[in-house]
Parts: sequence; structure tokens; C-alpha cells
Amino acid sequence: MTEPVISLRGVRAELGSRPVLRGIDLTVNRGEVVALLGANGSGKSTAVRSVIGQVPVSAGEIELFGTPRARFRDWARVGYVPQRTTAAGGVPATVTEIVSSGRLSRTRFGVFRKADRAAVRHALELVGMADRAKDSVDALSGGQHQRVLIARALASDPELLIMDEPMAGVDLASQEVLARTLREQVAAGATVLLVLHELGPLEPLIDRAVVLRDGCVLHDGPPPKAVGQHALPGHDHVHPHAAHDAEPIRTGLLS
Amino acid sequence: MDFLNYDFMQRALLAAVLVGITAPAVGIYLVQRRQALMGDGIGHVAMTGVGLGFLLSWSPVWMATLVSVLGAVLMELIRWYGRTRGDIALAMLFYGGMAGGVMFINLAPTGSNANLTSYLFGSLSTVSESDVTAIVLLAAFVVLVTLGLRRQLFAVSQDEEFARVTGLPVRALNLLTAITAAVTVTVAMRVVGLLLVSALMVVPVAAAQQLSRSFAATFAIAVGIGVTVTIGGTVTSYYQDVPPGATIVLLTIGAFIALTALAAPLARRRARAMATGEPAGDPAECAIPASRESDGKVGV
Ligand SMILES: Nc1ncnc2c1ncn2[C@@H]1O[C@H](COP(=O)(O)OP(=O)(O)O)[C@@H](O)[C@H]1O
Ligand SMILES: [Mg+2]
Repeated sequence: MTEPVISLRGVRAELGSRPVLRGIDLTVNRGEVVALLGANGSGKSTAVRSVIGQVPVSAGEIELFGTPRARFRDWARVGYVPQRTTAAGGVPATVTEIVSSGRLSRTRFGVFRKADRAAVRHALELVGMADRAKDSVDALSGGQHQRVLIARALASDPELLIMDEPMAGVDLASQEVLARTLREQVAAGATVLLVLHELGPLEPLIDRAVVLRDGCVLHDGPPPKAVGQHALPGHDHVHPHAAHDAEPIRTGLLS
Repeated sequence: MDFLNYDFMQRALLAAVLVGITAPAVGIYLVQRRQALMGDGIGHVAMTGVGLGFLLSWSPVWMATLVSVLGAVLMELIRWYGRTRGDIALAMLFYGGMAGGVMFINLAPTGSNANLTSYLFGSLSTVSESDVTAIVLLAAFVVLVTLGLRRQLFAVSQDEEFARVTGLPVRALNLLTAITAAVTVTVAMRVVGLLLVSALMVVPVAAAQQLSRSFAATFAIAVGIGVTVTIGGTVTSYYQDVPPGATIVLLTIGAFIALTALAAPLARRRARAMATGEPAGDPAECAIPASRESDGKVGV
């Protein structure tokens, strides 16, 4: 049962002319919950976006469900929650309308059937937003908005969830809802790759943590336990000369 | 209703209604992706098409369609590859298109700036049978795309990155949006003119937003406004001797102002209804924190 769902080998990526990923290896096996940690700017979002084909990769191999990413077409199996941006569309849209976009991959030519509408409703129930289904997303708080984006990712009943900082700027109540939703998904067999700034309430769920620094993998193993001073013993040997940020891991996990 | 007895008025009204439907139907996607002025840019490029039509003695409507579709595709390509210098490239495309139109029409044996003016500001009363045929065909294409692919276009316009991860052909849909916008510009060209096209794409959508909370409602209201003002403007210009294109655009802006004035009290009423009608919703007033009230009679 160690079938890799996500596999990155020696992945490099440049944005502009700047190397952002400098040879990353990352594997997420079926049923695993992996947290991707690291300081701001360490390349977490870029790594995740390279998996879903949003960042051109200059070297290395990426596979999704055992298929080279360039040939991967089965996008309904992937649910993606982007790092939240404040920019909304220029036209009002309801919660249901936004979440319905996540179901498109399961429809033929975008025609919604009864089952599709039910799936959208169910996804909203999972994140506790069913009572706001007809409200405009502009009327939601940051945490509620994030729950809507997660419902959108869940609407296609994905086997793999990729979430970029789902807890950032989310109020405590929404954090608990998100943790519960994720727990249910994992119990149902979902594979999860999560970008996190700190482990927080999700800590008990996480099987493995991968820590990035300056576009390199610094640590890949059990999640750092008590987020204390010596969270990651031995990391000095991995990267002795990256001096520009004195304590990058601590900032990544604590701030 | 005596104006309905005239062939030219029947043609004018048909063209006007089709513009009232198609312009906001495309415009809503442009507004959603914050490219509200794209229609204006295409309108400038279409002028070269009109000029070429006169020069080559082809139908200016079809020639404008061809050139503005090419221009719209070019604009999409500039958006993909242009990056930092993209806006400069767009500016050159717009003004090149406008200058090309003036140049070609003056080179044409039958053309003059007077001809160009009828395309710049519209000339409803001179819409011919063949113009109507072209407008009906083009409008049918626009309606098919904007309604038939509404879920896909909505997803792409709302969040391009997410749309890609759902496996939608984002580039093809972006191109299709640009092409549909270009087609709409030429549909509207004879009615409101190339310089005022963009107003009918954008202002009804902005007006509809004052009343709506959903994309679907915004779409329906915007088309409703579009049809109302195009008919209103056409009929007004029949009774009063005023230019129909300008009348339509001024009516649209009037609708925007009226709905904005209406929206404020409406929103207040809605908020009140939510506060009283839905006990589950958040109370409208802040409750005193429970820790300070020992008897628990908190809130309203
Ligand atoms: N579009 C871009 N163009 C150029 N540089 C970028 C772009 N996006 C991100 N970067 C840079 O790449 C680095 C990694 O970014 P990112 O992957 O977003 O980091 P993280 O998600 O870990 O905070 C940062 O230094 C950032 O400045
Ligand atoms: Mg990030």
C-alpha cells in the first residue's frame, strides 16, 4: 500500500530568472497526510503549483497517480485549494455558484445533473456552509470564504486534496470546522498534501512533514513534535552555508 | 406604435434588441475578469476592418468581424506572452487599428470620413437587409457561447488557476471569450457605433450588480436592462430627432444611476429582514459579552 499519488524527483523551477525550486524530491503515498512547511518565500506554493502544472518546471519529473503530469488528464481526482487571494471577481457570485465550478470536472460539457447539484450541496454541508448557499461570497468572513474554497475542492469527490495554507487568516471556529472536515476526508481514504505555516490544530492528522528552505528539502520525516527550539535536530548538516536567514525553520513553524 | 409599419424601423429594432442581449451577455465575463475596457480596444481595431471593407468593396460588417476577431486573438496572445510590455503592445494595437481605419477609408474610392462616422457612432436607420442577416447570425453565435458555456466561462473568469486544475481548456476558453467579444463589437457597430460599444457591454452589468447577489441574476438583469435601453433608445430616436446610439448609452447610464439610488434602501431592508427573520443568522447589533452579564439576558 505504498502507491505514490504525488511524486516529484529532482524538480527545479525558475520564476523570472531566479531559481525558486532547486531540485526537490517529494513523495506522497496513498492515504498519507503530508505537511509542507517552511518560511515565507521558501518555495512551498511554487512546489505545490508545479504539481498541478501551474509552474513551468525546468528539470526533474513529476507524476500524479503514477502518470507523468504532462499526460495527466483525470483532474476530477484532484481537489485544489489555492493560497487565498483577496482579489475577487468583478461580478457578484453566490456560494453555490463558486462551489459548482469545482464540480465541472465531473460533468460532461458542463451540464449539471441532479447528482451534481447534490454533490455541491453535500460539499457545502461538509464545511458547514449549507445555510449560506445563496449568499454572495462578498458577504462572507475570511474563514467562511476559505471554507467555500475547500467545498469547491471537495465538490468533485477528489481522492487527492492539495491545499495551500488553508488555515491562514482563518478564525478559530472555521479552523475547527476545517480540521474536522479534513479528518473526515482522511478517514474516508483521501490523500492530502497541505502547505502550512504552523501545524496548529491539524497536528494530530499529519503523518509526515517536509520542510523547505530556499527551494531545497531540509527535512522529510515525522512532523516536528513540540514546536520548540530544537524542533529539527541535525538540519545544520543538510544545509550548512545557507546563511541569509539565520533561523528559517523556527520562523516557519512558529510565526 | 406606427413606427412598426416601416421596414427600416423593424430592422432597426431587431438589430437593437440583439445588441441589447449580446453586449451585456459578453460584457459580464469581461467585467468578471476585470477587462472591462477590452470591448473598447476591439472597437478601435474594428475600424481597420471597416476601412478595409470600403477599400476592397467588401461588406464592412463582415470585414470588421474578421479584423476584430484577429485583433482580439492578438490581444489574448499579448496577454499570455507580453508580460511587462503588454500594455504598450495593446496601446499600439488600439491606435494602429484606429489610424488604419481612417487611412483605408480615405484611400477607398467610395469611402469618406462621413462613412466612417456612421460606424463610429452607429447609424440605425441605414441598417440594410444584409446587415440584419449578418447581425442575426453573429448574435446567434454570441448567445450560444455565452449561455451554452456559461459554467465554463464563469469558472475561468472567476479563478483561472483553479479552472485549469479542473481540467478546463483555459486557453481555448480565453480565446473564445475574446473572439465572442469581437463578434459582439461588430454586432453592435451599426447600432451604437464602435466608440460606444463598450458602454453597452459594461454599464448594464454594473447597473445590474446594484440589485443582485448572484452571477445568474446579474446576467439576467443586465440583459433585461440592455434590451430595455436599446428598444427605448431606438423608439425615442424615431419620435425625437436624436442619434440612437448616444440615446441608448445615455439611457443605460441613467439606468445605472437610478438603480444605484434604489439599491441603498433595498440593501438596508434586506439587512433588517435578515436580522429579524433569521434567528440563526448573526444578530445585527453587538451583544454584550456574556461574561459581564451574570443573569444571561444577553442580546436581543
Ligand atoms: N510569479 C513570480 N515571479 C517571480 N518570483 C516569484 C513569483 N512567485 C513567487 N516568486 C518568488 O519565489 C519564491 C518562492 O515563492 P513561494 O513558492 O510563493 O513561497 P512560499 O509559498 O513558500 O511562501 C519567493 O522568493 C517569491 O518571491
Ligand atoms: Mg505560499
